[in-house]
Amino acid sequence: MTDHFLLLALFAFFVSLVFSVLMRDDPRSQMHLGLRMFGGFLAAGLVLGWLMYPLPL
Amino acid sequence: MAAKSTTAERQRASVEPGSLVLLCIGAWLVPGAGHLWLGRRQKGIVFLLALPLMFLTGLWLDGRIFPFELSEPLVALAAASNVGIGVPWFVARMLDAGGGLVTAASYEYGNCFMIVAGLLNSLVILDAFDVAMGRK
Repeated sequence: MTDHFLLLALFAFFVSLVFSVLMRDDPRSQMHLGLRMFGGFLAAGLVLGWLMYPLPL
Repeated sequence: MAAKSTTAERQRASVEPGSLVLLCIGAWLVPGAGHLWLGRRQKGIVFLLALPLMFLTGLWLDGRIFPFELSEPLVALAAASNVGIGVPWFVARMLDAGGGLVTAASYEYGNCFMIVAGLLNSLVILDAFDVAMGRK
């Protein structure tokens, strides 16, 4: 499996799931925080990816 | 919104020091076991499923279980993080899994999944400790 975005999304899913369950007690706030973190991970990955695009790697 | 517990209630929630050590060892060996022990079923089940699955995903992505090489501090730190996941680490070592395939495109992803799974379990252990102490 070499789809980098899919792997990023999978990683973001696991980390946001564990953090949201760890940091909030009721399921509704866990869902809210988890979705926000997941979206933040994906957005940060995309933005940083495009920022690094011009770099000669 | 749930009402906040009083100081007296928090003190009642704390456990004996011996049980606390057992709780932390159990929480390390089996991710989520500490929360299940303390009656936090929903959290315990999520950790029990998510963390070993994350570690297994790392193995599936050809990640490496790092050896304890003190001459290379970063490798030793990665090894310590790997051990943080508990029983899945022992099982993987017994089955000779986690050799790592450096040429695989997903090698670094696999390492990342396994290291972070171990570190997240360390946070889960600390959370169980706080709950047992009556701090949460």
